[in-house]
Amino acid sequence: MAAANHLDATFAALADPTRRAILARLAKGETSVMDLAEPFAMSQPAISKHLKVLERAGLISRGRDAQRRPRRLEARPLRNATEWLEMYRQFWEAQFHRLDALLQDMQTEGIGKRAKRASNASQKARRIARLAQIPHRAKNACSE
Amino acid sequence: MKNSGTFKITAHGDREIVITRIFDAPRQMVFDAYTKPELIKRWLLGPDGWSMPVCEIDLRAGGKYRYVWRSDSDGREMGMGGVYREVVAPERIVVTEVFDEAWYPGEAVDTIALVEQEGKTTLTQTILYNSRETRDAVLKSPMQTGLAASYDRLERFLPLQGREALSA
Repeated sequence: MAAANHLDATFAALADPTRRAILARLAKGETSVMDLAEPFAMSQPAISKHLKVLERAGLISRGRDAQRRPRRLEARPLRNATEWLEMYRQFWEAQFHRLDALLQDMQTEGIGKRAKRASNASQKARRIARLAQIPHRAKNACSE
Repeated sequence: MKNSGTFKITAHGDREIVITRIFDAPRQMVFDAYTKPELIKRWLLGPDGWSMPVCEIDLRAGGKYRYVWRSDSDGREMGMGGVYREVVAPERIVVTEVFDEAWYPGEAVDTIALVEQEGKTTLTQTILYNSRETRDAVLKSPMQTGLAASYDRLERFLPLQGREALSA
């Protein structure tokens, strides 16, 4: 049950810029509510409201010190959300870089137009020769 | 590449992933690059170090397609396929996708929409999983490993999420 629900809660919590800033701050270490509120022009109750949303999403938890009421980042739900999107992002970014290169080749070489006509054998052979090379070239270009 | 900045990937609702991207090419060309095996094999190569030895397409509603990728280093293969539900050249494709060794139940439905404006084409690709459980399973077990985000990367990623409008 939990993962998809959690992911929704995670994405909802991350949709707000103040909450993202709070998480970025907590990524550096446990921080008291007062210190968390400091950089924002916001009342403590307003900050507490954001903290509650983050807490419900499982993105932060409370430290032991009752006086300072520190909050700390819980990495797992955020990691689940970012890993998942990051994985897709990286995969598609690499594919689309290659597609950019291909579309450019198609425009300079007129492959699109040629494909509409019946291509003769020599053109086909040249294209196949090029196919063999391009993946290798594109792979290098995208590897960094 | 100059269009990298136009790439957006968002989680949408419970069951969808939406990818958008602008290409510097007319729509017909992008459509061809998505539907002609000899062209697909030039870009949809999977992760780095993989090639695409099999790409078969029967481009019509009810027609099947089949993709196989192979790791250059150890010969491992990953296959997937599905059925076209809708083919409207050069603007829209609806197609199912199932991996051979699916790590989630059921099939996903991909909708690819192409819109051309001033010689550029905007791609919107929506991947719809068939249930909350399916998406659940996808989340629990990502297709690629080795992407464990360190705290450092996590921090770097956070400001980015604002720009990318993660929640839709």
